[in-house]
This record gives sequence, structure tokens and C-alpha cells, in this order.
Amino acid sequence: MAENQTYYVPEQSKWPIVATVGLGVTLYGTASIMVNSNQGESTTGAWLMFFVGAAIMTYMLFGWFGAVIKESRSGLYSPQMDRSFRWGMSWFIFSEVMFFAAFFGALFYTRVFAVPWLGGEGDRGSSNMLWEGFQATWPLINTPNPEAYPPPEGTIGPWGLPLINTILLVTSSFTVTVAHHALKEDNRKKVKTWLATTIALALVFVCVQGYEYVHAYQDLGLTLQSGIYGSTFFMLTGFHGAHVILGTLMLVIMLVRIQKGHFTGDNHFGFEATSWYWHFVDVVWLGLFVFVYVI
Amino acid sequence: MRVHAKRAGVLLGGLMAPALSTADWTLNMSPGVTGTSNDIFSLHMTILWICVVIGAGVFGVMFWSIFAHRKSSGRKPANFHENTLVEILWTIIPLVILVVMAIPATATLVDMYDTSEADVDIKVTGYQWRWKYDYIDDDFGYFSNISTSDDEIYNRTDKSENYLLDVDNPMVVPVGAKVRLLVTANDVIHSWWVPAFGVKKDAIPGFVNETWTRVDEPGIYRGQCTELCGVKHGFMPVVVKAVPQDEYDDWVAEQKEAAQRERELTEKDWTLEELMVRGEKAYASACAACHQADGSGAPPAFPALKGSQIALEDMDAHLDVVVNGVSGTAMQAFGGQLSEVDLAAVITYERNAWGNDTGEMVTPKEVFEYKNQE
Amino acid sequence: MSAVADTHAQDDHHHGPAKGITRWLLTTNHKDIGSMYLIFSFTMFLLGGAMAMVIRAELFQPGLQIVEPEFFNQMTTMHGLIMVFGAVMPAFVGLANWMIPLMVGAPDMALPRMNNWSFWLLPCAFLILVSTLFMQGGAPNFGWTFYAPLSTTYGPPSTTFFIFAVHIMGVSSIMGAINVIATILNMRAPGMTLMKMPLFVWTWLITAFLLIAVMPVLAGVVTMMLMDINFGTSFFDASGGGDPVLFQHVFWFFGHPEVYIMILPAFGAVSHIIPAFSRKPLFGYASMVYAVGAIALLSFVVWAHHMFTVGIPIAGQLFFMYATMLIAVPTGVKVFNWVATMFRGSLTFEAPMLFAVAFVILFTIGGFSGLMLAIAPADFQYHDTYFVVAHFHYVLVPGAIFGIFASAYFWLPKWTGHMYDETLAKTHFWLSFVGMNLAFFPMHFLGLAGMPRRIPDYALQFADFNMVSSIGAFMFGATQILFLVIVVKCVRGGEKAPANPWDGAEGLEWTVPSPAPYHTFSTPPEVK
Repeated sequence: MAENQTYYVPEQSKWPIVATVGLGVTLYGTASIMVNSNQGESTTGAWLMFFVGAAIMTYMLFGWFGAVIKESRSGLYSPQMDRSFRWGMSWFIFSEVMFFAAFFGALFYTRVFAVPWLGGEGDRGSSNMLWEGFQATWPLINTPNPEAYPPPEGTIGPWGLPLINTILLVTSSFTVTVAHHALKEDNRKKVKTWLATTIALALVFVCVQGYEYVHAYQDLGLTLQSGIYGSTFFMLTGFHGAHVILGTLMLVIMLVRIQKGHFTGDNHFGFEATSWYWHFVDVVWLGLFVFVYVI
Repeated sequence: MRVHAKRAGVLLGGLMAPALSTADWTLNMSPGVTGTSNDIFSLHMTILWICVVIGAGVFGVMFWSIFAHRKSSGRKPANFHENTLVEILWTIIPLVILVVMAIPATATLVDMYDTSEADVDIKVTGYQWRWKYDYIDDDFGYFSNISTSDDEIYNRTDKSENYLLDVDNPMVVPVGAKVRLLVTANDVIHSWWVPAFGVKKDAIPGFVNETWTRVDEPGIYRGQCTELCGVKHGFMPVVVKAVPQDEYDDWVAEQKEAAQRERELTEKDWTLEELMVRGEKAYASACAACHQADGSGAPPAFPALKGSQIALEDMDAHLDVVVNGVSGTAMQAFGGQLSEVDLAAVITYERNAWGNDTGEMVTPKEVFEYKNQE
Repeated sequence: MSAVADTHAQDDHHHGPAKGITRWLLTTNHKDIGSMYLIFSFTMFLLGGAMAMVIRAELFQPGLQIVEPEFFNQMTTMHGLIMVFGAVMPAFVGLANWMIPLMVGAPDMALPRMNNWSFWLLPCAFLILVSTLFMQGGAPNFGWTFYAPLSTTYGPPSTTFFIFAVHIMGVSSIMGAINVIATILNMRAPGMTLMKMPLFVWTWLITAFLLIAVMPVLAGVVTMMLMDINFGTSFFDASGGGDPVLFQHVFWFFGHPEVYIMILPAFGAVSHIIPAFSRKPLFGYASMVYAVGAIALLSFVVWAHHMFTVGIPIAGQLFFMYATMLIAVPTGVKVFNWVATMFRGSLTFEAPMLFAVAFVILFTIGGFSGLMLAIAPADFQYHDTYFVVAHFHYVLVPGAIFGIFASAYFWLPKWTGHMYDETLAKTHFWLSFVGMNLAFFPMHFLGLAGMPRRIPDYALQFADFNMVSSIGAFMFGATQILFLVIVVKCVRGGEKAPANPWDGAEGLEWTVPSPAPYHTFSTPPEVK
């Protein structure tokens, strides 16, 4: 520990408590929306609550990150602080990996165990006596009880739009890396170009994914309610999509900060964290492409 | 005051006179009456004794230290803090013990999983909150409900010997035969357990788990549902009657005949009074757990039937609710659970009991047609 | 450690705590946050305990007397959730907040603002959770393990609120754990290599890793529930191709590491306390570290031993049985090491030591019943009976909770600057010890005799032991008020505590004065 600089500990901060109130109100509102609409009651108040919470959260995000950026730019942070941020971000990404692992696990379990059992194969194959006529296939184009869960008429093949999306995301992983190298060289113009390219690729990805969802719902009858195939398909691609949108927002903020002249060639962890996150989103997609679409 | 005095009495009785007629201080598992339960019992005792011996050794050293190595008795501490040999030994020795233990455990487990070559197949289905036993080889089946009264449960009368462990229709199995159990559930997860057999299997809705038992001695064996399954989880006992093979054969013949009679009853022309008599019984067995014997229900989860729109107005709507259930609520589809006769009787009963005097009835034949036209 | 004394001169630019409520709302100080965690945890302990009292009161006699089964189920559920997520976990995070920076010689936690957020999310989550008790249809009533479909299709409307409360707890735990890891990996004093770290720090490093690995999985499983309840998916419904057992697999993939999350920090604390009061170094430091690591790794591959009766294929059954039995080996190593530490020491029995010794003995008993439960065929008899209830209360009450009490008495002088009242503390110990054994030991017998868990009423042959158990539980519950008295007394005054009040205690935390100044180690000490 060569550095002599003291570790920066802010005196007090209002952001944690604002964030708590914001998150609490948002989620209480969300839960109320769901419960009230299930019971056929009015959701107006719940929506109001949700928007108030979301507004507080937005205020908090700008305020908190703003404070950190200001501190960083005024030189309060030591290299040791930088390492804390690095550890923090890496473990956060690890937690995200585990979140997706739960859904991938659910996919493997249903494909390898549950659906074949229901179809009469394997150790618990006698389950099929409860579902006469049900045959195990994957993608699941029939469900054990088609009345409760009307099966889809078709599924989305991997070699059309999903392949294009794969190419888009992999390319964006490269472009963000190029931007990162440019930032290290302090070549601002190049950073902007490549970062903007990355954002454009991300937006196209989101649009393609949106188009695919509309197609699935309207033409194929592939929905959240169409049995376990639809459930796992939308759960995995949906959460991934949400992460892509979040990652894109982060990239946009980075572009704005570059525009404003933030970061230097050797001090740009905000940018680096965003790029880590982007690579993570990309890797998850590769997993999705293989396990959800191809196999 | 009387209640308090009684409770205090029970407390004193419990503490001072453990030999109350039904109470006991059983400490250990019972060996049970099947090969499996005996195997389990011996595994249990082996591992228990291993634990006791290890525990005696470890705690012995510890207590010796506690008594002999006190500062107050002027002890100076030693300064050792590692010993590779000892550390390796106390890693290896437990490992060896575990391997030794794993061998019989594996053998027992493999045996428990072997459901092949069964003599009798019974499908066991868990419902909220009763069991259904289907003798799939012989094409009959019935529900098994708790027969302990609310009065006993709410302390309004003395508790009988088999409090909470008695049912109206026990499962019947032949002694000495290998009985394969196909365990499943209709709503939530239940678990079918008879300690004396060493059989416990979760009943998973939509899946069938297989297990088996071979009861060596005739008798009545009791157990309970062992997976939390809602409000009355504590009130769905399992009772199995093991009888000699010939007695079992007679019983099966009788049941088949009864099932046949039941089918004939559907054809019969019923009067309102007959349906009401039958309906009261069927209601008590299938509906009263939620809607209560007096039709008052337990709102909001279980609406009252007394004076309710469903029971007083449109007959088809009433049929629909009972036969098909209401999805997303606790109201099950009884169309597959009850016979046409019982469905007709229950619906008629609900429309005429507790002051619901519609005077309307539905016959088993009409129910049959309703189910078919769907 | 002479460097330490000098550092305080340089601390002038720091201020003391702010005044009033803003000190607590806006704080970034690890000691303040640690205190808040501990106070919150004790509050939840009393609330969850009150629910346990309701349960034991209903089970005092056969028959239904005090509460209806519906409410009884809500009590068992909320008792479990509050104790696990509200009492035990926050208590250990509180200890971590207070002690890890002191033990590694850091000025504060690595990310101080996020630290405060981690704390304040907890009251927020529990406010939502407890509010479900007053909602239409009541609170969650499906047990703390919330198995689908009882918790999805058949759950009360409040389940959705419960799910979001769990999400908030998850966010809190993950951020807390990230903070602990960043602190330990990045903020250690110069010279403190990994293998010189105090064991409490080691166990927390591994605990934090487990938290980050499994809390997201819990979030995943409750999210699937949320989708099943509100958006018509069929993860846990066979009629759509899902499986209720899938829920259990995902839940217990979280759940088993979770039980180690609740015990590993106690292992760490006890590994400080026993050497301190034996006046002898810890036996087998390295093997202690490896054992904790082994336990943590094994905890990822044993989850299905909670599900031996759900009908997993025999190959799976055997694998999980063997893997579970293996855990006995590193756990045994730890117990042997503690006993070897006491062996030929110079022992005294102040309250921390009493709790620590009881911890070793009673946790080992819980470990033994755990080993019995690991034997899959035998588990068919034990599963979901009171034997299991006895087992996990033996590892959680004298394990986790005695570990917390031991730590609290051990470090109270450091926190408050005063010695606690030793006589009262010993009374607290003995009453807790007797009450706890009276409450939970008979449960072994009840389970073996065939009493299922989570029932509001029971057959007559279980009456006597239930009554004994209830009496023990009331005794244990009432005793905990004494702890509150002792702590309040200790905060308000009492004999002045020196920097190191214990003969045999070692570590950086004892080099700073008692009470520990608001800011410590602004300049890191040197560790040789």
C-alpha cells in the first residue's frame, strides 16, 4: 500500500435514506398494482404511488451518482478507493450472474427432468397416468392441460432474428472495447464514435427483440401463459432485455459524460464498469442463444 | 373459572402423573411392522450410537478441560497450537466412519426404491384436506376423511383415544403382499406417512411418486400428512388397516359391488327427502371442512352457502361451481371427486338446508347429463 | 502496535457523531451502522420470539384453545422469516460492521454510503412484511420455506407484498456482502496477509461470498412465484409443464448455503472467544480456515437433502446423501479444534465463554442430529417431523443466537466503554441454557414418536412433551428481556473498561481504547 492518501469516508449522506424510501414506495406501489388488479379493484392510487417512488428513485440516482462523480473529479479518491469500486462492481456482476443462473437452472430442470417425466419417461414417468395423451417434446408445443395453458402454435427459430441479434450484441461488445482503448489513448473523438456505435447497436437489438415479442404474441400464440416453454422463454429473454436496456442507459450516460469532458486516460472507472456490465450482458445473451434458441 | 381449573389440572396432571391413560413419554422411534421400517430403525440406532460414542469422547475431553484446567485452580496455559498428525487423524477417522455408515444406508435406499413386482397397486391422492385411495386394479376408490369431531378439537367434549388420528374409511391392504403406492395430489403438496411402515412420500400435484410397503402384521396403523398443505394440515390423518389376504379379497369384492351399486343408483329416481339424507352425509365429508357444517363458511376464503346467491338462484351456475370448481380460488372441481349421486345430493342439500328453502332438487341423472353435455 | 497510538493525533480533521436523529439517518460510520443493525436485530428477535410464544401457547395442550389454525400458520411462517432474515442475519452483519474494520485496521467499511443503504432497506422490508399481517386474507401462511403451489395458486393476496419484501432484503444482503468483501480484500492494514486475518474476518469473507452467490437465487425463485401468481406462467404448475418440485430445488439451492450464512460468522466469533478465555492460542488456525472453506463449497451441492421425500431419482438421492455426510468432516474438525484449544488451557468462565462453550456442545448435538438426517432412508422417518424442528433449533438457537450473545458480551466493553454486569449476564446464560434445552430437547422425542411439524393441534400421545417444551420456551423467551436490561445498563454506565478487558484476547480491535473512538485507524496500523 504505497499511497499515503487517506481513504475518503464521506461525513454524512442523505442518499441512502432517500434511496430506501424510493425503493420501498416503488415496490409497495408495484405490489399494490398487482394485488388490486387481481382482485378487480382500482389501481389508480397504486399507480400514483409507483410513480412517486420512481420519481424519488430517479432523483436519488442523479443525486447519488452526481455526488460520487463530483468527489471523484475533485480528487478525493485514492487508488485504494478505486479498488473498492472495482471489487464492488465485480461482485455485483457476479450476483447478477447468479440471478440468471436461477432461471437457467429452471430451464434445465424442466427440459431435462420435469417435461420428460410428465411425458412418461424416466424415474417419475408414471406421472403420465395423470396426463393421458401428453407427449414430451421440446419446444413444448403441447401442454399437459391445454385448457389451462393453451400451447403455442410455433416457436421462434434461432437462425433468423435471434442470429442477427447475436451478431449485433457480439459486435457491440467489440465496439465498446474499441471505445475503451480509445479512451485510454485519450482520443476523445474516437471514443465518441465507437461509443455511439455501441449504443446504436444496442438500440437496434432492443427493437428487434421487441418486434420478435410482438410476433410471438400475435402470430404464434407464444405467451407467458402458454406453458413452461413460454414461461422460460420470456423470463430469460425478458430479464436479459431489461438488462440490455439498463446497460444502454449506462452507455448513454457515459457518452454524455465523455461529451462533458469527464474521465482521463488512466482514471475512468465509471466507463470501465459500464463496459464490464455490457460484456456481461453479452455473455448472458450467448448463453441464451445457445440454450433457449438453438438447442 | 372452570376452564382454568381444568387447565391447571391438566398441567399438574401432565407434570406429576405422566401415566395419564393416553399420554406417554416415548423417547425413541418405533421399529415398525415392515422390513423397511426395521431397516430404518437399525440405521437410526447405529448412527445414534455412533453419535453418542463420538459425543462422549469429545465432550469428555472438553469437560475434563473445564474441570481440571481452570485458572482458578492455578493452571498455567500450555502454548501448543497445532499438531499435523492429530489433525490428519481426526479428518480421516470420521471419514472412514461415514463410509462405513453409507454402505447399509445405500442398501436400504436401493431396496426402498424398488417398486417392481407389486401385488396390489393403490393410487393415493392428497386433497385439501383428505386422502383418496384408488384401487386401480379393481376399479374402485373412495375418500378417507378425519372423523374427529369439532367438539373434541375445540375442547367441548373429551378427546377420544385416537384423537386426530381417526378416519371414516381407512385404506385397507392385505398382510404379506407387496403394495405399490402411486402417490400424487390434487391441489397442493401433501405427504403420506405411516411411521410403522417407514413409508413417507410427498404427494406432488401433477406428478406421481412411487413407493411400496409390505405389512407383516395385521392391525390398524396411523399416520398424518407431513407436508404443510394449508389450514387443516394438522387434520388429515392417514389410517391403514392391514388384514389377512382372504379378508382383503372379501373386502375388495364388497367394494366392487358397492361401486357397481353406486353406478346403478345414478339411474334410480330420487326423491327430495332421499337426496337430503344422502346430501347431509356427502356434504359433511366433502364440503363441511371449508364451508362449515352449518353452511356459514369462513369468509373471505370460504364463502357462506347459507343464504348465498349460488345456492338460492340459478341451478346451472350452482352445478358449474360444484362440478368445475372456481379457478384461482380454493374451490375445487368436484366433478371428478364425487359420484353423480353425491353431486346431486350435495347440491340438493345446499339448496334446502339451513333455511335455504328453495324446494328445488337435481337428480343424479340430470347431473350425469350436465357433465356429458360439457 | 505502537503505531496505533500515534495515529489518533492525525485524526483532528474528523468530527464526532452528528447530533439528533440525522446521526442515524444519514450516517456513514461503520460503528453507528453496526449499532443500528444490532438494535434492529434484537427488536426483530423479540417480535419473532413473541410469535414463537403464541405458537408454544397453542401447543401447550392438545385441542385448539388460543388461536385458529389459519393464524397459527401465519405465526409459524412469520416467526421463521423474521428470525432468519430479521434477527440472525442482521445481527451478524451488525457484528461485521462493528468489528471487521477494527479487526483489519481499516478506517471504515469500503463503501460507507452503500453500507447505510444496506441497513435502512431492512426496516423498510420488514415494515412491508409485517404489514401483511393486517392485510385482507392475512399474512403469508405457507411456512418460511413457502413451497409452491401453496404459496402461489393457493397463497393469500399478501404473498405479492411478501415477495417484494424478500426482494428488498435480498438487495440489502447483497450490498452488505459486497461491502464486507471489498473491505476485507482491499482495506486490510499493511502486513495483514490473508492467513494472518482474524478468523471472524475469514468466516465473514466466506459468508459474504455465500450471500452474493445465493441471495440472487432466492430473488430468482420469488420472481418466478411472482410471475406464476400475477402473470400466468407455469413454472410450478404441472398442467403447463412446470413442476412444484422445481421451486424446492431453487429454494434450497439458496436455502442450504443460507443456513451456513447463519452459522459461519458464529464459528468465527467463537474461535476468538475460546482462545481468549483459555489463555491459549487457537488450535489449528489453518485447518479452521480450510474447514470453513470446505463447508462453504460443500454447501452448494447438498441442497436436495431437504427434499429426500419428494421423489428424486435414486442416483440423485445417493449423491446428495453422500455429499451431506461429507460435511460432517470439516464440521468435526472445527469442533475438535475448539476442544483442543481448551485442552490444557487456563480457563475462566465469564459470560462470553459460557455462551461459547454452550455453543460448542449444543451446536455439536445439532450437528449429530444433522448427520442422522443426512442418512436418506432414516430421513424418511425424520422428515418434516419435530425431529427436524429440534435439529434446526439446536443449530440456530445455541448455534447462531448463543454465538451472537457470546460476541455481544465479548465486545460490549469495546463498544460501550463499560463492563457489563457479570452476575446478570451469567443469570441470562443459565436461564437461557436451561430454557432452551427444555424447549427443544423434547422435540427430538416428539419427532421420533411421529409428530409432524407445522400443526396447530396434535394427538394425545404427544401431550406431555409438548407441555414441557412450551414451559421451556416461555422460560427462554422471558429470559431475553434480561439481555435488554444488561445491555441498557452497560451502555449507561458501569465499571470502566480498559482497552483490552480480557486476559487472553488478541487482535487489532483491542489496541484501540474502549469505547472505540468514533473514527479509528484513519491511518492504517502496521501488522507484523
